[in-house]
Amino acid sequence: MTKGLIFDIKKYAIHDGPGIRTTVFLKGCPLRCWWCHNPEGQSPQKELFYNAEKCLAGCTDCIAACPNQAITRDSTGISIDKSKCRMKEDCAGACPTGALKVIGQEISADELMKEIEKDRIFYQNSSGGVTFSGGEPLMQINFLDAVLEKCKSQYLHTVVDTCGYAPFEDFEKIMDKVDLFLYDLKTMDEEEHLKSTGVSNQLVLDNLKKLGKSAREIHVRIPLIPGFNDSLENAQKTAQFIRNIPGINRINLLPYHRAGTQKYLNLKRTPKDISPLSEDKIKRLQKIYETYDFSVKIGG
Amino acid sequence: MNSRIKKLRDQSINTKPFISIERAHLLTKFYKSSESKKVSNPVKRALAFKYIMENKSICINEGELIVGERGPSPRATPTYPEINTHSLKDLDILNSREKTAYSVSSEIKEAYKNDIIPFWRGQSIRDRIFDEVSDEWKDAYEAGIFTEFMEQRAPGHTVLDNKIYKKGFMDFKEDIRNSMDSLDFLNDPEAYQKKQELKAMDIAADAIMILAKRYSEKAAELAEKETNKKRKQELRKISETCARVPARAPRSFWEALQHYWFVHLGVITELNGWDSFNPGRLDQHLYPFYKQQLDEGSLTKQNAAELLEAFWIKFNNQPAPPKVGVTAEESGTYTDFALINIGGVKTDGTDGVNELSYLILDVIKEMRILQPSSMVQISKKGPDSFLESALKIIKTGFGQPSIFNTDAIIQELLRQGKSIEDARDGGASGCVETGAFGKENYTLTGYFNMPKVLEITLHNGYDPRTQKKIGLETGDPTEFSDFQDLVDAFRKQLNHFIDIKIEGNNIIERLYSEYIPAPFLSILTSDCIQNGKDYHEGGARYNTTYIQGVGLGTMTDCFTSIKYNVFDKKTITMKKLLQALDTNFKGEENLRQRLIHKTPKYGNDDDYADDNLKTIFDIYYEAVNGRPNTKGGKYRINLLPTTVHIYFGRVTGATPNGRKASVPLSEGISPTQGADTQGPTAVLKSASKIDHLKTGGTLLNQKFNPQLFDDEGISKLVKLIRSYFSMDAHHVQINVVSADTLRKAQKNPEEYKNLIVRVAGYSDYFCDLNKDLQNEIISRTEHREI
Repeated sequence: MTKGLIFDIKKYAIHDGPGIRTTVFLKGCPLRCWWCHNPEGQSPQKELFYNAEKCLAGCTDCIAACPNQAITRDSTGISIDKSKCRMKEDCAGACPTGALKVIGQEISADELMKEIEKDRIFYQNSSGGVTFSGGEPLMQINFLDAVLEKCKSQYLHTVVDTCGYAPFEDFEKIMDKVDLFLYDLKTMDEEEHLKSTGVSNQLVLDNLKKLGKSAREIHVRIPLIPGFNDSLENAQKTAQFIRNIPGINRINLLPYHRAGTQKYLNLKRTPKDISPLSEDKIKRLQKIYETYDFSVKIGG
Repeated sequence: MNSRIKKLRDQSINTKPFISIERAHLLTKFYKSSESKKVSNPVKRALAFKYIMENKSICINEGELIVGERGPSPRATPTYPEINTHSLKDLDILNSREKTAYSVSSEIKEAYKNDIIPFWRGQSIRDRIFDEVSDEWKDAYEAGIFTEFMEQRAPGHTVLDNKIYKKGFMDFKEDIRNSMDSLDFLNDPEAYQKKQELKAMDIAADAIMILAKRYSEKAAELAEKETNKKRKQELRKISETCARVPARAPRSFWEALQHYWFVHLGVITELNGWDSFNPGRLDQHLYPFYKQQLDEGSLTKQNAAELLEAFWIKFNNQPAPPKVGVTAEESGTYTDFALINIGGVKTDGTDGVNELSYLILDVIKEMRILQPSSMVQISKKGPDSFLESALKIIKTGFGQPSIFNTDAIIQELLRQGKSIEDARDGGASGCVETGAFGKENYTLTGYFNMPKVLEITLHNGYDPRTQKKIGLETGDPTEFSDFQDLVDAFRKQLNHFIDIKIEGNNIIERLYSEYIPAPFLSILTSDCIQNGKDYHEGGARYNTTYIQGVGLGTMTDCFTSIKYNVFDKKTITMKKLLQALDTNFKGEENLRQRLIHKTPKYGNDDDYADDNLKTIFDIYYEAVNGRPNTKGGKYRINLLPTTVHIYFGRVTGATPNGRKASVPLSEGISPTQGADTQGPTAVLKSASKIDHLKTGGTLLNQKFNPQLFDDEGISKLVKLIRSYFSMDAHHVQINVVSADTLRKAQKNPEEYKNLIVRVAGYSDYFCDLNKDLQNEIISRTEHREI
């Protein structure tokens, strides 16, 4: 049985598709967008997550628990020597407050289904369902496929939130089991795309064209990142591109926010700090898409 | 609201509640009279009531449409020395305490010293209760195992049905006469007592009509002097209205409201019953008048709204009777819990939501005052738009209306043996209490502190705080071989204290029946007239006695913690845990944090924890449900706290869930503050695992950020609530969180772990956000609140 690696299950998710949903976050992403608000979803491996604010003063439980003496403590909190760490996870188990925790949980499709089915009554009453997000859910295609299969056998509405960067065969494999794709488009500028996400946008654009022909429903999601894709020109180009794909009439604009900042710190990474876009700028971008007859929503 | 209503509202809001001596003075004067000595107790109570109604001051405020004050003027609050004779120290405390103070003048203190206290001392109900109950009862009361509702206020907790909209007191007098005529002195040994009670009801009916007549005369007198033409007209109309009702049945919307208001004044003047009094299903009762007059063209929607607003202010003018001591701790508020029910179903089972339901929601939104409280009854037949309208008011962050499941209420009542019609005509009153309106005496008798019982169990019967052995020796917990041993010990201990509570209750019920009959309330409660029996004597069609369980969330987490850490994972021994509790976790912060963060908790849809919830619920239910009271009815349970979880927390030591001594307990059936981390669906799923239909009400509190209340958010909340109700849940109350609360959440994140905020196109837990973003949301929230 294929096991998956997930990093969160969020219930009462109300911006990830229709109705009341449970969103499952699969770990691992082929892109490295610097603005990502779920940086803990990028690596396909388990990671340690340390929140100094929650760390108990004077506590040395994690240090004592580590079999490889990888942890030391000073006045600002603990430090983990990555060269010594073998990810035994004893430290997180010993931490009394959860300041130190493991991001990434191995889970079987059946175990995950048990969690998903807990909120069935809410899906039923609200025409909601399950959303698979990440990370990039298609990176664990076999696991994703297995869970989607089970969801469909339970008549649950399914949504896949994807960055589009995956072999098209993978999309074909799951297409029949997905009621709605939330498809992210970052920028039409290939160079910019490569620079800011680490990959070219060619595959993303090609896949969207192909998917447009056969998927049940697609909503395009565009993050609005200051200084990256917030030019009016990019909005024009994007709108023109999507207009030629049949079946897409809805666009969600997701303005950049700083929610991920703390998570970068907890992963001992350095976040980029930029200011969110002004309301005015967001409105202007929205107008452009609306002139192409898309129904545009700010937010999910 | 128009300027008239605004003025009256300002007067009501800006006047500090104050004590009036009038009632105590008149009552004492009557009790001292020779007339009072010649008659039976029921008749004495009725004559005292009549004497008050004949002599109390009459108050018609400037611009008023609905008239009648309990005291000499708005916000006056009488005392009830026959129930609780306040000491001079009590009066000083009332006058000076920081929260819910009442001004007490020096004349009142003088009168208490010279007249009221000397006469009533020793014969008030409160004095009699403490004379009669056992030492065991007193020990448990002092330890904080339970509270006693009836030591300062009379049994009430009752609500009116639609009978007064069809009958006036002349009609009730006829009913009383018929009942008297059918008394069988040959075969019924109680015939004499019944005659006394019916005589008393007859006198009480006269009394309320006397009060109305005095108001009618006063209005006519004011009309004579009035120079403003419009007001002169209004005063004449008031005079005519008071000449009609409550003697005869109302014919118009205005008369119906004034009619109810006289009845309300009568009930809250006769006694200081809990939850004041309550018109109940107001939209149902008033709709026929509204519809008819609207069709005739004799009333407009605006007129109706104005009259309702005037009516609303009358409630706010009557603060709760002053409470002291433990009773003030368990219910520390000016609110007197008149809970207007809107929506639900009609007697025939069809949807009850009508145009007036929506108009009343508008009134609630516009008035935004503490009293009366309001709630919506949501039935599966009712429209989503009704719930949406209610949520739009809740969104404004003022905590009203609360939301109830009609279908659950009906099933709860049916399970208790009510007829289907009486069940459909029922609702919830007070906080969340289910009742067959107008036909039931359902009395809440006190809160019961479940975690305290665990504390006693863990100390083998000993209470560390009062340093007394007050419970059973259920065994040394360090010798328990498995978790079931603890469950069994807890069950024994709980049953022991429930027995003590019930023994006390059964004495107190008799004291009220003997010394403080309530003939006026009896007229209004079916079938007291037909039965010739007082409300306190079992005259009502249904008679239910409740004990309200408190701290279910805390208790569940305690059981779970012991099961998980001591018996299943064996991370700690019972001995070590008990030592940590006895020292209030001194030097054991790591352990405490593990108990909080590394132990399953109720409220996360986790069966490991929630199975213990069910166990505790069942233990409590089995201990109380179905036991006989002294009124021919039965004991039932409900689960609500008002403000007692603070007091109960203060008297309870550190607990195995990591809670330190004196910290508040969980409230209602809500999870321990901050223990629910999986969002609202998980809380609702967990809370639905107890069988709500076996209770007479459960209280669940949920907090949301205002930003979840955009149009899409509201439609999802509707579905969320519908889902909870489809699992047979009783009630949910939604707190929309203010910026102020968010600031507190920033300072004490542990207590606000489950607070959800809208960030930017998605939602997240507030405490998971970094400080900057939190600050940003706080500023945004404030902006939205303007």
